[in-house]
Amino acid sequence: MRRWALYAGLFFLWAPIALMVAYAFSDGRTPYIWGGFSFRWFHALAANERLLEAAWLSLRIAAAAATLATLLGLVLGWVLARHGPFRGRPLFGALAGAPLVLPEVVMGLSFLLLIVGLQGLTGWPAQRGAMTVWLAHSALGMAFVAVLVQARLAALDPRLEEAAADLGASPFIVFRTITLPLIMPSLLAGWGLAFTLSLDDVVLASFVSGPGATTLPVYLFSALRLGLTPEANALATLLLGAAATLLLVYALAARWRARVETPPSRE
Amino acid sequence: MMRAAGWLALGVLVAAPLLIVLAMGFGTATSGVPPVIPPWGAGGWQGSLEAWGLVLSDSFYRDALWQSLRLAFITGALCLVLGFGMALGIAAAPPARQFIWLALVLLPFWTGFLLRVSAWVGLLRDSGWVNTMLMQAGLIETPLRMLHTEGAMILGMVHAYLPFAVLPLYASLARRDLTLEEAAADLGAGRWRVLFTITLPLAAPALAAAFLLVFIPAAGEVVIPELLGGPEALLVGRAIWQEFFQTLDWPAAAALATALLALLLLPVAAFQRLAAR
Repeated sequence: MRRWALYAGLFFLWAPIALMVAYAFSDGRTPYIWGGFSFRWFHALAANERLLEAAWLSLRIAAAAATLATLLGLVLGWVLARHGPFRGRPLFGALAGAPLVLPEVVMGLSFLLLIVGLQGLTGWPAQRGAMTVWLAHSALGMAFVAVLVQARLAALDPRLEEAAADLGASPFIVFRTITLPLIMPSLLAGWGLAFTLSLDDVVLASFVSGPGATTLPVYLFSALRLGLTPEANALATLLLGAAATLLLVYALAARWRARVETPPSRE
Repeated sequence: MMRAAGWLALGVLVAAPLLIVLAMGFGTATSGVPPVIPPWGAGGWQGSLEAWGLVLSDSFYRDALWQSLRLAFITGALCLVLGFGMALGIAAAPPARQFIWLALVLLPFWTGFLLRVSAWVGLLRDSGWVNTMLMQAGLIETPLRMLHTEGAMILGMVHAYLPFAVLPLYASLARRDLTLEEAAADLGAGRWRVLFTITLPLAAPALAAAFLLVFIPAAGEVVIPELLGGPEALLVGRAIWQEFFQTLDWPAAAALATALLALLLLPVAAFQRLAAR
């Protein structure tokens, strides 16, 4: 089979990344000029207090935003999949999908104006910071969760829930023991997606964060505008390593589950 | 109750911000804090058409919009061509391998968007990797100017958004009915004829989705023009950013954002008609 396009595309995707990873271990002060092998940029990274602080804040915001996004996305996906053609459904669907198709800069601006408007009307939130970034990232993430949950709910076999209800389970018990476990994969995938989106977002966060709350991408963006440092290569290498490890664990777990859950063949 | 909660979340987090942007385009810029007079106040309507007049008449904003759409279109087209080829290759692989190829397409996502863009800065700039290699090889005397060009921006955007195109195309191609292509081939159609008369038309909805997934974020891109495009690359995302953060003309930023949205809604609406057919 001719796979040249796949190979060419992967080469294009990976060549810059491979160079970043390789030069993360270069001793040279100038990025992309080889200066002998060393770990100095990883040490520099570990000693960069502002970067570490920003990274820690980003991780906390991403986890909190992914959690809220999953809750709200579950509600939206549920309504879209289960509530039939209620009045205003086209508008509901359009609003639920809007964050998927809004450019980040438009979303950032609109969110900031909302916050300023709220401040003017109610005095809350008192200032822009981690809290406002959290809300903005939750709004972005919930749209992605909603799509995943809606698709999963639509693909469920309704007889499973009907059977539980026929056997006397209350709607809450049906949801908790049948529906929730069945849509759990979409919730986990949605959480992971929302987490990644939050961790990687620079534009939205730049608009809605205040001076006290610098997330990692916001910090990196201002550092990169001033010039490139080999520390960026080291950071990219660490992120890639973490992602590759997670993916490997996921693949192994999936394979293990497939083996455990496959019923033994009948003798 | 679920529905009420859903409406509340959508109202506060999606509808309200968009309505405020729409309204703020009719506000007036001032030197106060916040630097804007909203179009409604205690005395009723106090808005103005100043910002909209500026955005519609000044060629600077028109150019920014036009250049953004043009570059986003080129990026989308390149991503479609390359992404379609990649998706075909992945879909043709044995099922166990497909996971590995997909993982290789997705992993670059997790190196961080900014860091991937910074890799291109390191590759393309005057003292960067490509120029160093070419000069060491004796092929050029002086560094080629590659950074801060349109080409650099397109490269960066294709690199950033290519996985968005591969995924929907792969999802569609992996599920396609191969017997149709076999039948066409049996009846004497060549490889390219099969591609253009069977495979591509059947993948049309996925092609449209893939294009939009690239085109929309590319049209509002801020970071890539800033880092790869040089100071003269004033695309609309960056223009909105500058009006907001530097000029402090919030109504102009809001009007520009509304104009961009209106221009982006056209292809989305066209896509929905196509998908509904």
